[in-house]
Amino acid sequence: MDFLNAIVLFCNFVLVPATTYGAQLALGALGITVIYRILRFANFAHSELMSWGAMLTLFMTWYLQSVGIHAGPLPTALLALPVGILGAIAMALTTERTVYRFYRKQRASSITFAIVSVGVMFVMAGLTRFMIGPGEQVMADGQRFLIKAVEFKRMTGLDEGLAIKTTQVITIAAAIAMAGFLFWFLYRTRSGKAMRAFSDNEDLALLSGINPDRIVAIAWILAAILATLSGTLYGLDKSYKPFVFMQLLLPIFASAIVGGIGQPVGAILGGFVIAYSEVLLTYAYRKFVTYLAPGDWKPEGLLQLLSTDYKFAISFIILVIVLLIRPTGIIRGKLL
Amino acid sequence: MKQKDLLYFAIFLIFLIGVGWLQSWNVAFGILNMCLISAIMALGVNIQWGYAGLFNAGIMGFTALGGLSAVLVSAKPVSEAWAAGGLGIIGSLVILGMTVSAILYVRMKIAPPLRTWSIIVVILPGYWLFQGFYSSAVEQIETINPALTGYLGGLGLPIITAWLIGGLVAAGGAWLIGRISLGLRADYLAIATLGISEIIIAIIKYEEWLTRGVKNVTGLPRPVPYEVNLIETQWLVNLAESLSANPVAMASLLVKFCYLMLFLGMLAILMWLSERALKSPWGRMMRAIRDNREAASAMGKDVTGRHLQTFVLGCAVCGIAGAMLVTLDGQLVPGSYTPLRYTFLIWVMVILGGSGNNWGSVLGGCIIWFVWIQAEPLGYALVEAVTFPFEEGYWLKGHLIENAAQTRLILMGGILLVVMRFAPKGLIPER
Repeated sequence: MDFLNAIVLFCNFVLVPATTYGAQLALGALGITVIYRILRFANFAHSELMSWGAMLTLFMTWYLQSVGIHAGPLPTALLALPVGILGAIAMALTTERTVYRFYRKQRASSITFAIVSVGVMFVMAGLTRFMIGPGEQVMADGQRFLIKAVEFKRMTGLDEGLAIKTTQVITIAAAIAMAGFLFWFLYRTRSGKAMRAFSDNEDLALLSGINPDRIVAIAWILAAILATLSGTLYGLDKSYKPFVFMQLLLPIFASAIVGGIGQPVGAILGGFVIAYSEVLLTYAYRKFVTYLAPGDWKPEGLLQLLSTDYKFAISFIILVIVLLIRPTGIIRGKLL
Repeated sequence: MKQKDLLYFAIFLIFLIGVGWLQSWNVAFGILNMCLISAIMALGVNIQWGYAGLFNAGIMGFTALGGLSAVLVSAKPVSEAWAAGGLGIIGSLVILGMTVSAILYVRMKIAPPLRTWSIIVVILPGYWLFQGFYSSAVEQIETINPALTGYLGGLGLPIITAWLIGGLVAAGGAWLIGRISLGLRADYLAIATLGISEIIIAIIKYEEWLTRGVKNVTGLPRPVPYEVNLIETQWLVNLAESLSANPVAMASLLVKFCYLMLFLGMLAILMWLSERALKSPWGRMMRAIRDNREAASAMGKDVTGRHLQTFVLGCAVCGIAGAMLVTLDGQLVPGSYTPLRYTFLIWVMVILGGSGNNWGSVLGGCIIWFVWIQAEPLGYALVEAVTFPFEEGYWLKGHLIENAAQTRLILMGGILLVVMRFAPKGLIPER
């Protein structure tokens, strides 16, 4: 019994939240990776694109709610998602046309691109905060829990409850679906193959008649879809707040690099590595160990490796360690 | 400096005088003081980016290190806290240092198959010992008068000395970080430094025994007289009378003027040193390395070593600016350090001013800080004008005016994008 309690406790506070967070990070990192593969630069504006897409989704959600359309037990934001995605695609293509294309034709260095993306980040952050304001907004509605802790306790007769939020299930399902779609697109469709060819050898791809503008546009569309999805899922799971996305930028970069930059599988892997380390290192194991330990023995301290204050710092520490020991990432990507 | 460059500075001064006339001289001096600090930060970044082509996105961390030193140097020591937990903290830091050196030793001496395991064998007891000393010491320190102190305090030295020490601390941090991350290529370096600066801020924010964290250390001693004391002096009252000005405003202006003189002095020293460095054989070598690493390396220049050198120097300048900023504010507010304001805004300054030119960085620092401050009222005016057709009390109008201050982010991004596109060399190009 104690053993089962320990497992449930672990699932409730570590496994479920970390998996959800990992899925959000993985989607964000996939967006960074797609842009990196095609345009070869670290896009500092990606997290603001997430914020932008999520904001538009939120606006549409409010509109739908005001005219009385709901998605039943699911959050209304899912119905509003297409609008957010279209808005993000429009934004991404506008930046490509007005900003990045000039440098692309010049074949500017990756560092120039990165600095320019900082400018885009400023503009997008300003636009988002101007339109929605810097405050915190609640995105989720509908049925909040799939399984409530109390019900779980009653059903199983255990002392520990397991609560699963609807948004957590949606996040994981959506991440799996999106990743599946991305891999299908990259490896099975003509456009996806053209993209991979372009990223492997640009000159050879141009020689075989691949239109670079089209490839780049597709890359931005994919990045915008991924960004909106991850931004909205993060907003649903927690809440929408413009400032948070600036903080998310680093864990997302860390996920992309830890997994191996330019590798889609690596981005997903990296997202989960970062998320699990953040949660595992800041979780207090005291109760968990108490359940597992024989008799009534209780450990003294909280058995917490790092204070929760350092949750965000962990991803940077992992990033720095990976950069030092294996700069190519877990799955060998292209070295920047 | 050419005539055109002087013209830019003259235009900036005219705008500043305009603010003095239209708004108030107090505001104008306040802006100018911050402009000078920004100029020094931009100078530090220019040393790294303009001389050597290093993309440091961790400026925020080094400014914060400078600010931290200002607190640790100038705040009054809390002797009760030292008595309660000082030994424990020192002990835990010694253990931490020993563990790290043991890990480095093991990494050097033991061959791969056993290496990972022996490192773990070193880490576990080291961590356990460290945690034991550290947590009890921290608890004891933080319980001593938490409303007012709850931290170890500083050395109680004059805060001006912190400018030098802040520079040294930032340089030390930069040396450590540079050793780790300078081997990386440009955009990796940016991401790594961005991450490291966040770690530094996290430490300053959450290690309350050291910095009081988000409770902020306030009321740091000033290097200049206080307004209340100035008002009581006879000569100020006489001066105010002869100019028929308000003595209170006069005192506040005088304090700002004293700061201005200090900052100008510091900027002049740093500017002189930077110009000397840039025009010396060392400066030419740095630019040669920046423009063609391989060729410079073939000429026998130690590229990594030189990069580390510029990285350390630039960060030291940023650290000095950080200490000056805390001196001006009289307090350290760890929560206010955000990458947008302390890293990327400085980048806009350097790019606008002209990377590779020290005068350009100073100009960029002045202009961008001026615009950053003045964009707020400008944004309000703009949004007011745009929403004029809407009637009063319409929700959208109120909402937009409420968020009008955010338009300055759009303006900053716009400036960066326009400069990068149409004048990539900046206002005062490298010569």
